[in-house]
Amino acid sequence: MMKKNLGITSLLFALFVSVQSFAISDKEHATDHGGEVNTKEEVNEYIQHHLKDAHDFHLFSYTDSHGERKHIGFPLPVIVWSSNGLQTFMSSAFHHDDAGNVIVEKGGSRFVKIHEKIYELDKGATEVAFDEAHHPTNAHKVLDFSVTKGVFGMLLAGLLLVWAFASLAKQYKNKSVPTGFGRILEPLVLYVRDEIARPNIGEKKYQRFMPFLLTVFFFIWVLNLLGMTPLGFNVTGNIAVTFCLALFTFLIVQFSANKDYWKHIFWMPGVPVPMKIILMPIEILGMFTKPFSLMIRLFANITAGHFVVMSLIALMILLKSSFGAVGSTGISFVLTLFITVIELLVAFLQAFIFTMLSALFIGMAVAEHDHEHEHDAHGHEVSDVEDVRENFV
Amino acid sequence: MDLLNDFSPGLFVMQAIILLVLIFLLAKFAWKPIMQSLNEREKGIQDALDAAENARKEMQNLQADNDRLLQEARAERESMLKEAREIKEKMISDAKEQAQVEGDKMIAQAQAAIESEKKAAMAEIKSQVATLSVDIAEKVIKEELSSKDKQLKLVENMLGDIKLN
Repeated sequence: MMKKNLGITSLLFALFVSVQSFAISDKEHATDHGGEVNTKEEVNEYIQHHLKDAHDFHLFSYTDSHGERKHIGFPLPVIVWSSNGLQTFMSSAFHHDDAGNVIVEKGGSRFVKIHEKIYELDKGATEVAFDEAHHPTNAHKVLDFSVTKGVFGMLLAGLLLVWAFASLAKQYKNKSVPTGFGRILEPLVLYVRDEIARPNIGEKKYQRFMPFLLTVFFFIWVLNLLGMTPLGFNVTGNIAVTFCLALFTFLIVQFSANKDYWKHIFWMPGVPVPMKIILMPIEILGMFTKPFSLMIRLFANITAGHFVVMSLIALMILLKSSFGAVGSTGISFVLTLFITVIELLVAFLQAFIFTMLSALFIGMAVAEHDHEHEHDAHGHEVSDVEDVRENFV
Repeated sequence: MDLLNDFSPGLFVMQAIILLVLIFLLAKFAWKPIMQSLNEREKGIQDALDAAENARKEMQNLQADNDRLLQEARAERESMLKEAREIKEKMISDAKEQAQVEGDKMIAQAQAAIESEKKAAMAEIKSQVATLSVDIAEKVIKEELSSKDKQLKLVENMLGDIKLN
């Protein structure tokens, strides 16, 4: 116990010293080194950059004793579909350039990276020309199947999930009650089953959707948590990822829907004919707004969380002139800690809400309406969705 | 933020593939066996609970049976005791009655014996008295008839009494 405490204390001390030395070295090299983050604009740009997907896995940068900027991290493979077919190379070929200055030639195509997007130069062009809005004029985007930081994060999360739950599954072969880490995982699985799937989908049909709900729940949660590590993933805060997740829910809802569901959309029973006609477009719109809200909610919550946390961390630099290195670090630390705890909750909450609402939409699509009370039942369900939405949005 | 510009179709495709593969892998290697074992375990627990409940009920039944048997045994003992008491009382009263009858009979016999003894004694006394009277009478007559006159007189008297009918 004493040893452990001692270890933690020395670690904190080392951290403190390193922050101090970092601050000092910052002061010494106040000139522009490219990549150092000191001003408000640079902070803003850095955060914007972080919120995007990246083609290399960048951990941190520092300026060495020769005044040279060093980047620590590792490159990731770039896989693009260009006009000359599929091209692959490592992202290190760009030499951390993100402004389109470094041109990579591969298989007869010239690639540049601008704001973490890969562009292919048009034929004959030797360097990127920009228009007034900083959009390249002589290059076009390519289909980018690269293992980006986001994809890497997803693979990592996927591996973690497969490893964790396959080992939990293996435990059940020998004993009926899991031990160790499985003891933490099991209640979570039970939680998804008993609190999310069963009440929303119904006792008879929930089992069919359990793989999807469980996978999505843990996938989102692990990715949210990965996003809170210093590794700096922002996967669930990426609109393409949340779009994909929401699309899966959408497709599952449409393909598992029964006759009643379609009837309620196109020809609402129990209301007069003019109302049926008015309700039809609203219900059709509702088909799409439900998964759309799923997509936006997850994206916005996680992006906002990252933005706030990074902004608070940036206070350390921005307030240094008025509070000194220790003061600004303290303020930033306390505020960041506070928001990070909330973000931990949000990480779970968003995974829960996404899964919960997916289950709810599936439940609405597969619900067997009692024909005498179907209208009431339907109205009740809709109000439930609205309540949930109001509570969480 | 330029959402549409940020949207990466490539990332979307990768995500779709990863999610599909992940759902498939987890469903096959994790969710299916986990859900199955959980269901089995819950069923096992439910069965065990049901069995315990049944055992409890059976126990209760047994207890009730025991109680009933005990009650019956107690009642039987009670009735047996009562019967015994009754028999005892009956025997006592019977004995008393018999003794009474026997006593009465003995008394009656004794009385009869006394009566017969008395009668015998009376008869004895009577015969004694008769003998004595005859003896006395003999002596008296002997005295009376000692002279001839007296004898003749008596014959006279007797003849007078007879009177020829």
